[in-house]
Amino acid sequence: MLIPLSWIREYADVPTSVSAEQIGEALVRVGFEVEEIEYQGADISGPLVVGRVINIEEIVEFKKPIRWVELDCGESSSRFVICGASNFFIDDLVVVALPGAILPGPFAISQRETYGRVSNGMICSSRELGLSEDHSGILVLPDDSAEVGANAIELLEIEDVIFDIAINADRGYALSVRGLAREVSASLGVKFTDPVHSIDTNAFTATGKGVAPKIDDPTGASVIYLRTLDSFDPKAPTPLWMRRRVEKCGMRSISLAVDVTNYVMLELGQPLHAFDRSQIEGSLHIRRAGATKTFTTLDGQERALSEEDLLVTDDVRALALAGTMGGANSEVGEQTTKLTIEAARFDPISIAKNARGHRLSTEASRRFERGVDPSLAKIASARAASLLIALGGAKHIDSQYDGDPRYSPIVEMDPHFVAVLTGAEISLAQVREKLLLIGCDINEISDVSWQIDPPSWRSDLHSPADFVEEVARMIGYDTIPSVLPPHPVSPGLTNFQRRLRTLAQLLADKGLVEVQTYPFVSESTLTVMGYTGDRARAFRIANPMSEDAPLLRTHLIPGLIEVASRNLGRGARDFGLFEIGSIFRNISSLPAIENPPTDQRPPRNVIDQIYAGVPSQPTHIGGVLIGKAISDDWRGKGRAFDWNDAIEMAQSLIDACNLGWTIQRSDFAPWHPGRCAEFLVDGKVVAHAGELHPRVVAAFGLPDRACAFVVNLSAIPEHGVLDAPAIGTMPLAVQDIALIVGEHITNEEVVAALKSGAGSMLESVVLFDRYDKIGEGKISLAYTLSFRAPDRTLTGAEISEMREAAVEAARVKLGATLRSA
Amino acid sequence: MVSEKALDQWVVEAITAISRANDLEELKTARLAHAGDKSPIAQASRSLGTAPAEERARLGKMIGEARAAVTAALDSRRDVLEVLRDEKVLQEEVVDVTLPSARGHKGGLHPLTLLKNEICDFFIAQGYGVAEGPELEAEWLNFDALNMHVDHPARTMQDTFFVEPLEARLVLRTHTSPVQIRTMLEKKPPIYVICPGRTYRADELDATHTPVFAQVEGLVVDRGITMAHLKGTLDLFAKEMFGEEAVTRWRPSFFPFTEPSAEVDVLFNGRWIELGGCGMVNPKVLAACGVDSNEYSGFAFGMGLERTLMVRHGITDMHDIVEGDIRFSRSFGVGL
Repeated sequence: MLIPLSWIREYADVPTSVSAEQIGEALVRVGFEVEEIEYQGADISGPLVVGRVINIEEIVEFKKPIRWVELDCGESSSRFVICGASNFFIDDLVVVALPGAILPGPFAISQRETYGRVSNGMICSSRELGLSEDHSGILVLPDDSAEVGANAIELLEIEDVIFDIAINADRGYALSVRGLAREVSASLGVKFTDPVHSIDTNAFTATGKGVAPKIDDPTGASVIYLRTLDSFDPKAPTPLWMRRRVEKCGMRSISLAVDVTNYVMLELGQPLHAFDRSQIEGSLHIRRAGATKTFTTLDGQERALSEEDLLVTDDVRALALAGTMGGANSEVGEQTTKLTIEAARFDPISIAKNARGHRLSTEASRRFERGVDPSLAKIASARAASLLIALGGAKHIDSQYDGDPRYSPIVEMDPHFVAVLTGAEISLAQVREKLLLIGCDINEISDVSWQIDPPSWRSDLHSPADFVEEVARMIGYDTIPSVLPPHPVSPGLTNFQRRLRTLAQLLADKGLVEVQTYPFVSESTLTVMGYTGDRARAFRIANPMSEDAPLLRTHLIPGLIEVASRNLGRGARDFGLFEIGSIFRNISSLPAIENPPTDQRPPRNVIDQIYAGVPSQPTHIGGVLIGKAISDDWRGKGRAFDWNDAIEMAQSLIDACNLGWTIQRSDFAPWHPGRCAEFLVDGKVVAHAGELHPRVVAAFGLPDRACAFVVNLSAIPEHGVLDAPAIGTMPLAVQDIALIVGEHITNEEVVAALKSGAGSMLESVVLFDRYDKIGEGKISLAYTLSFRAPDRTLTGAEISEMREAAVEAARVKLGATLRSA
Repeated sequence: MVSEKALDQWVVEAITAISRANDLEELKTARLAHAGDKSPIAQASRSLGTAPAEERARLGKMIGEARAAVTAALDSRRDVLEVLRDEKVLQEEVVDVTLPSARGHKGGLHPLTLLKNEICDFFIAQGYGVAEGPELEAEWLNFDALNMHVDHPARTMQDTFFVEPLEARLVLRTHTSPVQIRTMLEKKPPIYVICPGRTYRADELDATHTPVFAQVEGLVVDRGITMAHLKGTLDLFAKEMFGEEAVTRWRPSFFPFTEPSAEVDVLFNGRWIELGGCGMVNPKVLAACGVDSNEYSGFAFGMGLERTLMVRHGITDMHDIVEGDIRFSRSFGVGL
């Protein structure tokens, strides 16, 4: 909220020795974030005076209309200036910057020749003076509002400090000068004068019959006051002081009737609405829209209503979207002489729904949403009526109300709780002082039981903790000591968390760069990837950031490819990327959930049902490999990443988890159907790796043979405590064999056969050569078998026997034959 | 007959020649000349048999001493020359060690990961566990249980991503607070956890906002927990993040799930930077989780990692954090 210091000072007795910065700090201390302090008028210097227009000569020979204006500025002779605006008339009072003056910009005013005349100053608009954004024309002052020649800087109260303050959602009362002046006073420890105390609500006598209010839906409002006035002069100008205050608070001055309602709202925090009384048929009702389908607000927009929208209506039609915006049909206009001023205490939630449902956040709705002091309906409507009577010549006809103000209940608490919860030494005397300061009444039943009645404007104070905050902020959070809590013993990271850290480290060590992509994908991406089954079943976001990507990812590869493309586009050529993240698949049937109440812990079965309604979201680790694994350099040609590198990455991740695995070929999108491996742990597929499908590579403009891998970390079991192997110290016996097998026989199958035949003394099997040029559908695989006995040196006969057994197993299982030299 | 004087002369000549040998080849020549079979000393030795018997012992001793002197000179010169030879070989094998050596790529972790790890380690050292939960989360856990009633502004479509079907009441969590709720529902106090993770709000990506961001929240529920404990914890944390000199500022604020609530700023490079929001766990939140607020109290705090990252490392544009440019993450390495 924008608020001028001059207005705060009217109610808060701030000594002039306190600077604007200190006032800002005082506000921050009690919980009001000061976003900006603007020193209005700091960039203006005079002479700036009030002048009366004596004569206007229209100059027509130029492209735009120009006026040669004769002014009486209280000087011995007339002053002549050139002016491009035409919204003023003879006898109007205007603000004139005389030569020597400096306006915001900085813009120095001097005597100058223009349009063939000598202009001796400038007639100013509000914007040129830095007063408002209004540049519709010259600032014309109300008749008789000032003496000719008067100092306009003083008259317009240009020099002021404007605070821009962020108001938290629980502090509706602070969206007013009354509320903020109270906070400033409390924070600085100076006297506060409540403006409400000088408002006489009983000064009106009924002289006729006014509009009667009727709260048809008591959930929509607790109390409403209507004050009906007659004989209002629609031409009556807004006095300068009021106009300036409204402008300093960032609102536009419109007309006296509208300005008065805004002024009182800014002053007290109660939004008001002025109706053209002649447009009201019968009574004024507060009710839900129900069957009323549309309504045109005074911004000219026709709005489709929902049944639950809260309206203000008369007996036949809607007149306002309650607490949010009035209607075009009953707006106060240039002819309006009969007014009905409405002040209601609307239900905050209803108004919040009105505002959000229609995307219409207004000064009124922002206040109603946060809760308005229920006692203000009567007071603020009286204040507005008095101003309209005093300034607009209106006469009071009748005041009527419906409903009653509802106040927050009294809270009983042990005042020691303040010290207990804050951990600060706060005496009961301090608690009492601070609660009284914010406006509470206290009934001290005993030292451990106080009945605290919160002030009418604090609908946010319900529980002991709320009062703890009030006392603590008034004493200052900086007085709370800084103490570490008792230190429990940390369980440390879970095994899974440790695994994630180590695996990320491992891939970084292998030269891959971690990225974190948005998990949003498009349907077309899922299609291009070729996903079927679980990975084609994506969750849809009801309100996505972009309709291009409304789905949640079912796999990490699309995001990685997108980032790879971005890097390629920025000139990168050879790189590996990886990401660790959740994936989302819409594969379990989701029950409809009823949200249980929160006043107590829901029963176990309800909690379990909520858990069951949340789909499982496994953690994957995936990567893409682009371009070269080894760069070309001064040593010679490098080497491109290939399917084998991707498989190695996946394997190293599983190996790092110390688990046994098997590998086999897999036809799995988005990989090349002939160049994709899947890894199995305990018979379950946990990873895929290999070369990406050429169609995918082409669709995303990746370099040929781009590779990828994905490991489902959530599917990888934990291992138990590892048993250390017996380290054999006997000599190692090494035997090489070359086998000829059918070309469709895999290495994995041959190794398994060799192992099964060779027996327990086989320590390792290493493929050291593969030759696929022998033809007839055959290939040759050559292995080094290493044998070791735990307790003795193996004899030549034993070694030969084991080697032959290994070869025999390969022969029996796979039809392998020994390759003759 | 060999004279003593001649022997001395031969020894001097031999040692002179040996010392003049500049490499092992020259030394070999000197050895053959002065200690070989044809050398004067060898010849003298061979002629010893013809010497008179009474002179033989004395001459033999003299010749032996002369030989020993020459041999010693040879050995010592050989040692010197061998060292010189080895040094020469090593000098000839010199390479340009500044030639590029790495042929693979330099990897790196995302700085958000590094920061998360750093924060986790700090709190683990303070006795906390690390709790995590799903990103696609039950609305009740994300909102209701946190005293954010059904009409709370954050629950509108403008701020929160809702997921279809709507009757399943699933949202992309707007904070990691539902992990706090899950923890309180499943674990009896004392509870000391931090909850890192990805969170979502429907903000457009720009220089300072991103719809997908990283948070770390903390929750402590125990007997006798006070705001002073909250201050102590976050004051220490601010020093961990921004250095020993870090000064904090505590401002009263408002969150539905804490009461009293505060926002904490840290003075960094002369500016107040918002570290995060915090407060004492609202008794309503404790009640929804079945924690007896007469027996226990607690504090909670939360912070966005992107802002800390940007402030600490001088990152001026959020795009750099989310776009995955390898030059960005690579520059942080593995955080050592």
